[in-house]
Amino acid sequence: MAAVAARELADGEVVFVGIGLPNLACNLARRTHAPRLVLIYESGAVGAVPERLPVSIGDPALVTGSLMVCGMAAVFQLMLQNGRIEVGFLGGAQVDRYGNINTTVIGSYDRPAVRLPGSGGAAEIAIHAQRTLIVSKLNPRAFPERVDFITSPGQRPNGRRRRDLGMPGAGPVKVITDKAILEADEESGEMTLAALYPGVEPGDVQAGVGWPLARRARLRDLAPPTETELRLLREVLDPGKLYLKG
Amino acid sequence: MREAISRFVRDGDTVVIEGFTHLICFAAGHEIIRQGRRDLTLARLTPDLIYDQMIAAGCARKLVFSWAGNPGVGSLHAFRRAVEGQAAPPLEIEEYSHFGMVARFSAGAARLPFWPLKDYMGTDLPAANERIRSVACPYTGERLATVPALNPDVTIVHAQRADAEGNTQIWGLVGVQQEAAFASAHVIVVVEELVDETVIRSDPNRTLIPGMIVDAVVVEPWGAHPSYAQGYYDRDNDFYVAWEGISRDARRLERYLEEYIRGLPDRAAYMTKQPGLATRLKAQARYSGGVNYGF
Repeated sequence: MAAVAARELADGEVVFVGIGLPNLACNLARRTHAPRLVLIYESGAVGAVPERLPVSIGDPALVTGSLMVCGMAAVFQLMLQNGRIEVGFLGGAQVDRYGNINTTVIGSYDRPAVRLPGSGGAAEIAIHAQRTLIVSKLNPRAFPERVDFITSPGQRPNGRRRRDLGMPGAGPVKVITDKAILEADEESGEMTLAALYPGVEPGDVQAGVGWPLARRARLRDLAPPTETELRLLREVLDPGKLYLKG
Repeated sequence: MREAISRFVRDGDTVVIEGFTHLICFAAGHEIIRQGRRDLTLARLTPDLIYDQMIAAGCARKLVFSWAGNPGVGSLHAFRRAVEGQAAPPLEIEEYSHFGMVARFSAGAARLPFWPLKDYMGTDLPAANERIRSVACPYTGERLATVPALNPDVTIVHAQRADAEGNTQIWGLVGVQQEAAFASAHVIVVVEELVDETVIRSDPNRTLIPGMIVDAVVVEPWGAHPSYAQGYYDRDNDFYVAWEGISRDARRLERYLEEYIRGLPDRAAYMTKQPGLATRLKAQARYSGGVNYGF
Protein backbone atom coordinates (compact mmCIF):
# COMPACT_ATOMS: atom_id res chain seq x y z
CA MET A 1 0.00 0.00 0.00
CA ALA A 2 2.80 2.41 0.92
CA ALA A 3 4.56 1.78 -2.40
CA VAL A 4 1.33 2.12 -4.40
CA ALA A 5 0.51 5.38 -2.60
CA ALA A 6 4.03 6.73 -3.13
CA ARG A 7 3.71 6.29 -6.90
CA GLU A 8 0.71 8.62 -6.90
CA LEU A 9 2.97 11.55 -5.99
CA ALA A 10 4.78 13.56 -8.65
CA ASP A 11 8.18 15.17 -8.09
CA GLY A 12 7.94 18.77 -6.89
CA GLU A 13 4.39 18.50 -5.59
CA VAL A 14 3.35 20.06 -2.29
CA VAL A 15 1.86 17.39 -0.04
CA PHE A 16 0.00 17.73 3.23
CA VAL A 17 1.18 14.66 5.12
CA GLY A 18 -0.72 12.66 7.69
CA ILE A 19 0.88 10.31 10.16
CA GLY A 20 1.11 6.55 9.62
CA LEU A 21 1.02 5.06 6.15
CA PRO A 22 0.76 8.41 4.26
CA ASN A 23 3.92 9.51 6.03
CA LEU A 24 5.72 6.35 4.89
CA ALA A 25 4.45 6.80 1.34
CA CYS A 26 5.61 10.44 1.15
CA ASN A 27 9.05 9.67 2.54
CA LEU A 28 9.38 6.70 0.18
CA ALA A 29 8.47 8.92 -2.80
CA ARG A 30 11.00 11.52 -1.64
CA ARG A 31 13.76 8.87 -1.61
CA THR A 32 12.84 7.39 -4.98
CA HIS A 33 11.17 9.21 -7.89
CA ALA A 34 10.23 12.50 -6.17
CA PRO A 35 13.27 14.00 -4.40
CA ARG A 36 11.80 17.52 -4.61
CA LEU A 37 8.49 16.62 -2.99
CA VAL A 38 7.61 19.29 -0.40
CA LEU A 39 6.26 17.70 2.77
CA ILE A 40 4.03 19.94 4.90
CA TYR A 41 2.78 18.70 8.26
CA GLU A 42 -0.17 20.38 9.98
CA SER A 43 2.05 20.95 13.00
CA GLY A 44 3.84 23.67 11.00
CA ALA A 45 6.89 21.94 9.50
CA VAL A 46 7.31 22.84 5.83
CA GLY A 47 9.77 20.99 3.60
CA ALA A 48 10.44 18.47 6.33
CA VAL A 49 13.21 15.87 5.85
CA PRO A 50 12.72 13.62 8.90
CA GLU A 51 15.83 11.59 9.74
CA ARG A 52 13.71 9.07 11.66
CA LEU A 53 10.17 7.84 11.14
CA PRO A 54 7.99 10.42 12.91
CA VAL A 55 5.81 8.74 15.52
CA SER A 56 3.47 11.71 15.73
CA ILE A 57 2.59 14.55 13.42
CA GLY A 58 4.43 16.92 15.77
CA ASP A 59 7.65 14.92 16.04
CA PRO A 60 10.78 17.03 16.74
CA ALA A 61 12.55 15.32 13.81
CA LEU A 62 10.19 17.16 11.43
CA VAL A 63 11.65 20.49 12.54
CA THR A 64 15.36 19.64 12.31
CA GLY A 65 16.56 20.56 8.81
CA SER A 66 13.15 21.69 7.48
CA LEU A 67 12.74 24.68 5.13
CA MET A 68 10.34 26.57 7.38
CA VAL A 69 8.50 26.22 10.64
CA CYS A 70 5.32 28.25 10.90
CA GLY A 71 2.48 28.61 13.34
CA MET A 72 -0.72 26.70 12.80
CA ALA A 73 -2.66 29.82 11.80
CA ALA A 74 -0.20 30.13 8.90
CA VAL A 75 -0.56 26.43 8.04
CA PHE A 76 -4.31 26.68 7.65
CA GLN A 77 -4.67 30.22 6.30
CA LEU A 78 -1.50 30.81 4.25
CA MET A 79 -0.92 27.28 3.00
CA LEU A 80 -4.23 25.42 2.91
CA GLN A 81 -6.92 28.12 2.47
CA ASN A 82 -4.55 29.96 0.13
CA GLY A 83 -4.68 26.95 -2.20
CA ARG A 84 -0.98 25.98 -1.93
CA ILE A 85 -1.55 22.32 -1.08
CA GLU A 86 -1.61 20.11 -4.15
CA VAL A 87 -2.15 16.72 -2.52
CA GLY A 88 -3.74 15.83 0.81
CA PHE A 89 -3.68 12.35 2.32
CA LEU A 90 -6.65 11.19 4.37
CA GLY A 91 -7.69 8.01 6.12
CA GLY A 92 -10.47 7.09 8.47
CA ALA A 93 -12.57 4.53 10.27
CA GLN A 94 -15.26 4.72 7.58
CA VAL A 95 -15.08 5.65 3.88
CA ASP A 96 -18.27 5.54 1.84
CA ARG A 97 -19.42 5.18 -1.76
CA TYR A 98 -18.71 8.85 -2.50
CA GLY A 99 -15.47 9.12 -0.58
CA ASN A 100 -17.01 10.85 2.44
CA ILE A 101 -14.89 10.03 5.49
CA ASN A 102 -15.91 9.54 9.11
CA THR A 103 -13.35 9.99 11.88
CA THR A 104 -15.84 11.32 14.45
CA VAL A 105 -18.29 8.70 15.79
CA ILE A 106 -19.63 5.22 15.12
CA GLY A 107 -23.34 5.40 15.87
CA SER A 108 -25.11 8.67 16.68
CA TYR A 109 -23.23 11.82 17.62
CA ASP A 110 -25.02 12.32 20.95
CA ARG A 111 -24.83 8.65 22.02
CA PRO A 112 -21.84 7.22 20.19
CA ALA A 113 -21.13 3.49 20.23
CA VAL A 114 -17.50 4.37 19.58
CA ARG A 115 -16.10 7.86 19.95
CA LEU A 116 -13.30 8.45 17.40
CA PRO A 117 -10.77 11.31 17.64
CA GLY A 118 -12.61 13.76 15.36
CA SER A 119 -11.51 15.93 12.46
CA GLY A 120 -8.15 17.37 13.35
CA GLY A 121 -7.23 19.09 10.11
CA ALA A 122 -8.98 16.49 7.93
CA ALA A 123 -12.19 18.44 7.21
CA GLU A 124 -10.35 21.42 5.76
CA ILE A 125 -7.81 19.26 3.91
CA ALA A 126 -10.74 17.45 2.23
CA ILE A 127 -12.20 20.83 1.26
CA HIS A 128 -9.06 22.72 0.14
CA ALA A 129 -6.35 20.35 -1.12
CA GLN A 130 -6.30 20.39 -4.93
CA ARG A 131 -6.81 16.63 -4.79
CA THR A 132 -6.92 14.13 -1.95
CA LEU A 133 -5.87 10.50 -1.76
CA ILE A 134 -7.64 8.25 0.72
CA VAL A 135 -5.65 5.35 2.16
CA SER A 136 -7.54 2.55 3.90
CA LYS A 137 -7.55 -1.25 4.09
CA LEU A 138 -10.57 -2.97 2.53
CA ASN A 139 -13.17 -4.28 4.96
CA PRO A 140 -16.97 -3.99 4.61
CA ARG A 141 -17.26 -2.28 8.01
CA ALA A 142 -14.70 0.32 6.97
CA PHE A 143 -16.40 0.84 3.60
CA PRO A 144 -20.13 1.24 4.29
CA GLU A 145 -22.56 2.56 1.68
CA ARG A 146 -22.96 5.67 3.83
CA VAL A 147 -20.79 6.90 6.71
CA ASP A 148 -22.37 7.50 10.13
CA PHE A 149 -20.98 11.06 10.23
CA ILE A 150 -19.35 13.15 7.50
CA THR A 151 -16.14 14.52 9.01
CA SER A 152 -14.39 15.08 5.67
CA PRO A 153 -16.58 15.62 2.62
CA GLY A 154 -16.10 13.44 -0.46
CA GLN A 155 -17.58 13.81 -3.94
CA ARG A 156 -21.28 14.03 -3.01
CA PRO A 157 -21.71 15.00 0.65
CA ASN A 158 -25.40 14.47 1.43
CA GLY A 159 -26.03 14.16 -2.30
CA ARG A 160 -24.65 17.58 -3.23
CA ARG A 161 -21.86 18.42 -5.66
CA ARG A 162 -18.65 19.95 -4.30
CA ARG A 163 -18.76 22.87 -6.73
CA ASP A 164 -22.27 23.80 -5.61
CA LEU A 165 -21.11 23.82 -2.01
CA GLY A 166 -18.19 26.14 -2.83
CA MET A 167 -15.36 23.68 -2.16
CA PRO A 168 -12.12 24.74 -3.89
CA GLY A 169 -10.45 21.31 -4.13
CA ALA A 170 -11.31 18.36 -6.36
CA GLY A 171 -11.78 16.09 -3.33
CA PRO A 172 -10.91 12.40 -3.12
CA VAL A 173 -9.82 11.32 -6.58
CA LYS A 174 -8.53 7.92 -5.48
CA VAL A 175 -8.89 5.44 -2.65
CA ILE A 176 -5.75 3.37 -2.22
CA THR A 177 -6.52 0.07 -0.51
CA ASP A 178 -4.55 -3.11 0.20
CA LYS A 179 -6.10 -4.86 -2.83
CA ALA A 180 -7.00 -2.24 -5.39
CA ILE A 181 -7.30 1.41 -6.30
CA LEU A 182 -10.77 2.93 -6.53
CA GLU A 183 -11.22 6.14 -8.47
CA ALA A 184 -13.94 8.78 -8.31
CA ASP A 185 -16.13 8.51 -11.40
CA GLU A 186 -16.23 11.89 -13.15
CA GLU A 187 -20.01 11.69 -13.75
CA SER A 188 -21.49 9.96 -10.71
CA GLY A 189 -18.81 10.80 -8.13
CA GLU A 190 -18.87 7.14 -7.04
CA MET A 191 -15.70 5.36 -5.96
CA THR A 192 -15.17 2.91 -8.81
CA LEU A 193 -12.82 -0.05 -9.17
CA ALA A 194 -9.94 1.06 -11.42
CA ALA A 195 -6.80 -1.00 -10.73
CA LEU A 196 -5.93 -4.31 -9.09
CA TYR A 197 -2.92 -5.59 -7.13
CA PRO A 198 -1.24 -8.69 -8.59
CA GLY A 199 -3.36 -11.81 -8.06
CA VAL A 200 -6.46 -9.94 -6.87
CA GLU A 201 -9.85 -10.56 -8.55
CA PRO A 202 -12.63 -7.95 -8.73
CA GLY A 203 -14.73 -10.18 -6.46
CA ASP A 204 -12.10 -9.90 -3.71
CA VAL A 205 -12.49 -6.13 -3.80
CA GLN A 206 -16.29 -6.26 -3.84
CA ALA A 207 -16.15 -8.47 -0.71
CA GLY A 208 -14.46 -5.62 1.15
CA VAL A 209 -16.95 -2.94 0.14
CA GLY A 210 -20.49 -2.43 1.44
CA TRP A 211 -22.10 -1.25 -1.80
CA PRO A 212 -22.39 -2.65 -5.34
CA LEU A 213 -19.03 -1.57 -6.69
CA ALA A 214 -18.96 -0.09 -10.19
CA ARG A 215 -15.88 -0.78 -12.28
CA ARG A 216 -13.99 0.96 -15.06
CA ALA A 217 -14.36 -0.54 -18.57
CA ARG A 218 -10.69 -1.49 -18.47
CA LEU A 219 -8.98 -2.39 -15.18
CA ARG A 220 -5.30 -1.58 -14.78
CA ASP A 221 -2.79 -3.98 -13.18
CA LEU A 222 -0.65 -2.50 -10.42
CA ALA A 223 3.01 -3.48 -10.41
CA PRO A 224 4.28 -5.15 -7.22
CA PRO A 225 6.74 -3.16 -5.10
CA THR A 226 10.28 -3.12 -6.49
CA GLU A 227 13.25 -4.42 -4.52
CA THR A 228 14.39 -0.84 -3.94
CA GLU A 229 10.98 0.17 -2.58
CA LEU A 230 10.86 -2.85 -0.27
CA ARG A 231 14.39 -2.30 0.98
CA LEU A 232 13.74 1.39 1.72
CA LEU A 233 10.49 0.64 3.51
CA ARG A 234 11.81 -2.28 5.57
CA GLU A 235 15.38 -1.25 6.30
CA VAL A 236 15.42 2.56 6.19
CA LEU A 237 11.97 4.05 6.74
CA ASP A 238 10.26 1.66 9.15
CA PRO A 239 12.81 -0.85 10.49
CA GLY A 240 10.85 -1.13 13.76
CA LYS A 241 7.70 -2.13 11.82
CA LEU A 242 5.73 0.68 13.41
CA TYR A 243 3.39 0.94 10.43
CA LEU A 244 4.43 -2.00 8.26
CA LYS A 245 2.44 -4.58 10.15
CA GLY A 246 1.37 -7.84 8.55
CA MET B 1 4.10 26.34 40.12
CA ARG B 2 1.99 25.79 43.20
CA GLU B 3 1.57 29.52 43.72
CA ALA B 4 0.89 30.33 40.05
CA ILE B 5 -1.86 27.67 39.75
CA SER B 6 -3.34 28.60 43.10
CA ARG B 7 -3.51 32.31 42.15
CA PHE B 8 -4.67 32.11 38.54
CA VAL B 9 -6.70 28.91 38.10
CA ARG B 10 -10.12 28.94 39.77
CA ASP B 11 -12.91 26.36 39.84
CA GLY B 12 -15.17 26.88 36.81
CA ASP B 13 -12.50 28.65 34.72
CA THR B 14 -11.84 28.12 31.03
CA VAL B 15 -8.27 26.83 31.00
CA VAL B 16 -5.99 26.38 27.99
CA ILE B 17 -2.73 24.43 28.21
CA GLU B 18 -1.59 24.72 24.59
CA GLY B 19 1.27 23.22 22.58
CA PHE B 20 0.83 21.05 19.47
CA THR B 21 2.61 17.82 20.46
CA HIS B 22 5.55 20.08 21.40
CA LEU B 23 5.80 21.98 24.73
CA ILE B 24 2.64 20.67 26.40
CA CYS B 25 2.91 21.70 30.05
CA PHE B 26 2.16 18.46 31.89
CA ALA B 27 3.66 19.93 35.07
CA ALA B 28 0.90 22.57 35.19
CA GLY B 29 -1.84 20.01 34.49
CA HIS B 30 -0.51 17.82 37.28
CA GLU B 31 -0.50 20.76 39.72
CA ILE B 32 -4.13 21.56 38.79
CA ILE B 33 -4.99 17.92 39.57
CA ARG B 34 -3.10 18.10 42.90
CA GLN B 35 -4.97 21.26 43.87
CA GLY B 36 -8.26 19.52 43.04
CA ARG B 37 -9.75 22.13 40.68
CA ARG B 38 -13.30 21.34 39.56
CA ASP B 39 -15.77 22.26 36.80
CA LEU B 40 -13.09 23.51 34.43
CA THR B 41 -13.76 24.05 30.75
CA LEU B 42 -10.62 22.60 29.17
CA ALA B 43 -9.81 23.84 25.68
CA ARG B 44 -7.03 22.91 23.29
CA LEU B 45 -6.76 21.50 19.76
CA THR B 46 -5.55 18.07 20.84
CA PRO B 47 -6.56 17.16 24.41
CA ASP B 48 -3.60 14.74 24.45
CA LEU B 49 -2.73 12.71 27.55
CA ILE B 50 -2.74 15.78 29.79
CA TYR B 51 -6.48 16.45 29.42
CA ASP B 52 -7.17 12.69 29.54
CA GLN B 53 -5.48 12.74 32.96
CA MET B 54 -7.39 15.86 34.05
CA ILE B 55 -10.70 14.36 32.86
CA ALA B 56 -9.95 11.16 34.79
CA ALA B 57 -9.05 13.21 37.87
CA GLY B 58 -12.46 14.92 37.81
CA CYS B 59 -11.21 18.44 36.98
CA ALA B 60 -13.28 18.93 33.82
CA ARG B 61 -16.93 19.79 33.21
CA LYS B 62 -16.48 20.49 29.51
CA LEU B 63 -13.96 19.85 26.74
CA VAL B 64 -13.46 22.12 23.71
CA PHE B 65 -11.28 20.44 21.08
CA SER B 66 -10.61 19.38 17.49
CA TRP B 67 -8.75 16.03 17.70
CA ALA B 68 -9.08 13.80 20.75
CA GLY B 69 -6.73 10.88 20.23
CA ASN B 70 -3.42 9.59 21.56
CA PRO B 71 -1.13 10.87 18.76
CA GLY B 72 0.50 8.01 16.88
CA VAL B 73 -1.05 5.45 19.25
CA GLY B 74 -4.86 5.41 19.36
CA SER B 75 -7.50 6.47 21.86
CA LEU B 76 -7.76 8.64 24.95
CA HIS B 77 -9.68 6.22 27.10
CA ALA B 78 -10.74 8.48 29.99
CA PHE B 79 -12.17 10.87 27.39
CA ARG B 80 -13.90 8.00 25.59
CA ARG B 81 -15.43 6.60 28.78
CA ALA B 82 -16.79 10.04 29.62
CA VAL B 83 -18.25 10.63 26.14
CA GLU B 84 -19.48 7.09 25.54
CA GLY B 85 -21.51 7.28 28.76
CA GLN B 86 -19.43 4.82 30.80
CA ALA B 87 -18.25 7.34 33.37
CA ALA B 88 -20.26 9.64 35.58
CA PRO B 89 -20.75 12.53 35.41
CA PRO B 90 -20.67 12.80 31.61
CA LEU B 91 -18.39 15.29 29.93
CA GLU B 92 -19.89 18.08 27.86
CA ILE B 93 -18.09 18.54 24.53
CA GLU B 94 -17.80 21.35 21.98
CA GLU B 95 -16.07 20.14 18.84
CA TYR B 96 -14.37 21.89 15.91
CA SER B 97 -11.69 21.05 13.36
CA HIS B 98 -8.10 22.27 13.81
CA PHE B 99 -8.67 25.24 11.51
CA GLY B 100 -11.78 26.12 13.51
CA MET B 101 -9.90 26.06 16.83
CA VAL B 102 -7.00 28.06 15.37
CA ALA B 103 -9.53 30.60 14.07
CA ARG B 104 -11.22 30.79 17.49
CA PHE B 105 -7.89 31.67 19.14
CA SER B 106 -7.09 34.14 16.35
CA ALA B 107 -10.41 35.95 16.94
CA GLY B 108 -9.87 35.90 20.68
CA ALA B 109 -6.34 37.28 20.33
CA ALA B 110 -7.48 40.08 17.99
CA ARG B 111 -10.48 40.81 20.26
CA LEU B 112 -12.91 40.17 17.42
CA PRO B 113 -16.23 38.43 18.17
CA PHE B 114 -15.74 35.76 15.48
CA TRP B 115 -13.45 34.64 12.66
CA PRO B 116 -14.54 33.83 9.09
CA LEU B 117 -13.11 30.83 7.29
CA LYS B 118 -13.78 28.78 4.18
CA ASP B 119 -14.58 25.54 5.90
CA TYR B 120 -17.25 23.05 7.00
CA MET B 121 -19.29 22.96 3.77
CA GLY B 122 -20.41 19.39 3.19
CA THR B 123 -19.44 18.26 6.71
CA ASP B 124 -21.74 17.24 9.57
CA LEU B 125 -19.75 19.32 12.09
CA PRO B 126 -22.09 22.38 12.07
CA ALA B 127 -25.02 20.00 12.78
CA ALA B 128 -23.11 18.70 15.81
CA ASN B 129 -22.05 22.14 17.07
CA GLU B 130 -24.47 25.05 16.71
CA ARG B 131 -21.67 27.53 17.41
CA ILE B 132 -20.27 26.83 13.94
CA ARG B 133 -22.32 29.27 11.87
CA SER B 134 -21.99 31.28 8.67
CA VAL B 135 -22.13 34.85 7.43
CA ALA B 136 -22.54 36.47 4.02
CA CYS B 137 -19.46 38.42 2.94
CA PRO B 138 -20.49 42.12 2.78
CA TYR B 139 -18.34 42.60 -0.35
CA THR B 140 -18.97 39.51 -2.49
CA GLY B 141 -22.02 37.90 -0.88
CA GLU B 142 -20.06 34.65 -0.53
CA ARG B 143 -21.16 32.39 2.34
CA LEU B 144 -18.36 31.98 4.87
CA ALA B 145 -18.25 29.74 7.93
CA THR B 146 -17.71 31.48 11.26
CA VAL B 147 -16.49 30.36 14.65
CA PRO B 148 -16.77 32.40 17.85
CA ALA B 149 -13.78 33.93 19.62
CA LEU B 150 -12.23 31.85 22.38
CA ASN B 151 -11.06 33.99 25.31
CA PRO B 152 -9.79 31.73 28.10
CA ASP B 153 -9.56 32.83 31.72
CA VAL B 154 -6.04 31.46 31.82
CA THR B 155 -3.61 30.12 29.23
CA ILE B 156 -0.53 28.14 30.25
CA VAL B 157 2.36 28.04 27.78
CA HIS B 158 5.48 25.94 28.19
CA ALA B 159 8.59 27.40 26.52
CA GLN B 160 12.31 26.86 26.23
CA ARG B 161 13.24 30.13 27.93
CA ALA B 162 12.05 33.46 29.28
CA ASP B 163 13.44 36.32 31.32
CA ALA B 164 12.08 37.31 34.73
CA GLU B 165 9.56 39.68 33.11
CA GLY B 166 8.09 36.86 31.03
CA ASN B 167 9.54 37.75 27.63
CA THR B 168 9.28 34.27 26.22
CA GLN B 169 11.17 32.56 23.42
CA ILE B 170 10.04 29.42 21.64
CA TRP B 171 11.59 27.54 18.73
CA GLY B 172 10.54 24.40 16.94
CA LEU B 173 6.80 23.89 16.49
CA VAL B 174 4.96 26.96 17.76
CA GLY B 175 1.37 25.75 17.31
CA VAL B 176 -1.15 28.38 18.44
CA GLN B 177 0.61 29.39 21.65
CA GLN B 178 0.96 33.05 20.65
CA GLU B 179 -2.72 33.40 19.72
CA ALA B 180 -3.87 31.49 22.81
CA ALA B 181 -1.76 33.69 25.09
CA PHE B 182 -3.00 36.96 23.56
CA ALA B 183 -6.61 35.70 23.72
CA SER B 184 -6.41 34.98 27.42
CA ALA B 185 -7.23 37.10 30.49
CA HIS B 186 -4.23 35.63 32.33
CA VAL B 187 -1.05 33.99 31.05
CA ILE B 188 1.28 31.65 32.93
CA VAL B 189 4.58 30.90 31.23
CA VAL B 190 6.51 27.80 32.32
CA VAL B 191 10.10 27.55 31.11
CA GLU B 192 12.98 25.13 30.94
CA GLU B 193 15.41 27.95 31.66
CA LEU B 194 15.22 31.43 33.11
CA VAL B 195 17.61 33.69 31.20
CA ASP B 196 18.84 37.22 31.50
CA GLU B 197 17.04 39.96 29.56
CA THR B 198 20.21 40.41 27.44
CA VAL B 199 19.79 36.86 26.09
CA ILE B 200 16.26 37.70 24.95
CA ARG B 201 17.41 41.01 23.45
CA SER B 202 20.20 39.27 21.52
CA ASP B 203 17.63 37.37 19.44
CA PRO B 204 14.30 39.28 19.50
CA ASN B 205 12.76 37.50 16.47
CA ARG B 206 12.50 34.37 18.59
CA THR B 207 10.27 36.04 21.19
CA LEU B 208 6.72 34.77 20.77
CA ILE B 209 5.14 36.17 23.91
CA PRO B 210 6.10 39.58 25.33
CA GLY B 211 6.32 40.04 29.08
CA MET B 212 3.57 42.67 29.03
CA ILE B 213 0.86 39.97 28.74
CA VAL B 214 2.44 37.52 31.20
CA ASP B 215 1.15 37.22 34.79
CA ALA B 216 3.52 34.58 36.12
CA VAL B 217 6.79 32.93 35.11
CA VAL B 218 7.49 29.46 36.49
CA VAL B 219 10.87 27.78 36.06
CA GLU B 220 10.23 24.06 35.73
CA PRO B 221 12.86 21.98 33.91
CA TRP B 222 11.37 18.85 32.27
CA GLY B 223 7.92 20.37 32.86
CA ALA B 224 6.65 19.21 29.46
CA HIS B 225 7.48 15.50 29.83
CA PRO B 226 6.14 13.19 28.26
CA SER B 227 5.74 15.94 25.64
CA TYR B 228 9.03 17.48 24.56
CA ALA B 229 11.07 20.67 24.33
CA GLN B 230 13.07 21.04 21.11
CA GLY B 231 16.78 21.25 21.90
CA TYR B 232 16.19 20.09 25.50
CA TYR B 233 14.55 16.65 25.45
CA ASP B 234 12.77 14.30 23.07
CA ARG B 235 9.15 13.23 23.21
CA ASP B 236 8.70 10.15 25.41
CA ASN B 237 6.98 8.03 22.78
CA ASP B 238 7.26 4.96 25.04
CA PHE B 239 5.06 6.67 27.62
CA TYR B 240 2.48 7.64 24.98
CA VAL B 241 2.35 3.96 23.99
CA ALA B 242 2.14 2.88 27.65
CA TRP B 243 -0.78 5.28 28.21
CA GLU B 244 -2.95 3.02 26.03
CA GLY B 245 -2.71 0.27 28.65
CA ILE B 246 -2.84 2.60 31.67
CA SER B 247 -5.86 4.59 30.50
CA ARG B 248 -7.85 1.61 29.16
CA ASP B 249 -8.42 0.39 32.72
CA ALA B 250 -10.06 3.04 34.94
CA ARG B 251 -8.60 1.51 38.13
CA ARG B 252 -5.09 1.37 36.70
CA LEU B 253 -5.43 4.98 35.59
CA GLU B 254 -6.53 5.97 39.10
CA ARG B 255 -3.44 4.24 40.51
CA TYR B 256 -1.30 6.22 38.05
CA LEU B 257 -2.87 9.51 39.22
CA GLU B 258 -2.17 8.57 42.84
CA GLU B 259 1.38 7.38 42.30
CA TYR B 260 2.73 9.94 39.82
CA ILE B 261 0.60 13.04 40.44
CA ARG B 262 -1.32 13.29 43.73
CA GLY B 263 1.28 11.33 45.65
CA LEU B 264 4.14 13.61 44.59
CA PRO B 265 4.75 17.21 45.67
CA ASP B 266 6.08 18.61 42.40
CA ARG B 267 7.85 18.05 39.08
CA ALA B 268 11.26 17.64 40.70
CA ALA B 269 9.91 14.66 42.64
CA TYR B 270 8.35 13.29 39.43
CA MET B 271 11.78 13.36 37.77
CA THR B 272 13.54 11.85 40.79
CA LYS B 273 11.00 9.02 40.77
CA GLN B 274 11.98 8.19 37.15
CA PRO B 275 15.80 8.27 37.24
CA GLY B 276 16.37 6.94 33.71
CA LEU B 277 14.26 9.55 31.94
CA ALA B 278 16.71 12.41 31.61
CA THR B 279 19.47 10.24 30.12
CA ARG B 280 17.12 8.49 27.73
CA LEU B 281 15.46 11.63 26.34
CA LYS B 282 18.10 14.37 26.47
CA ALA B 283 18.37 16.15 23.10
CA GLN B 284 21.47 16.08 20.94
CA ALA B 285 23.03 19.38 19.88
CA ARG B 286 21.94 20.84 16.51
CA TYR B 287 22.67 24.57 16.77
CA SER B 288 21.38 27.15 14.26
CA GLY B 289 23.77 29.45 12.45
CA GLY B 290 22.80 32.75 13.99
CA VAL B 291 22.24 36.02 12.10
CA ASN B 292 23.57 39.56 12.13
CA TYR B 293 21.17 41.92 13.91
CA GLY B 294 23.50 44.89 13.36
CA PHE B 295 22.71 48.11 11.50
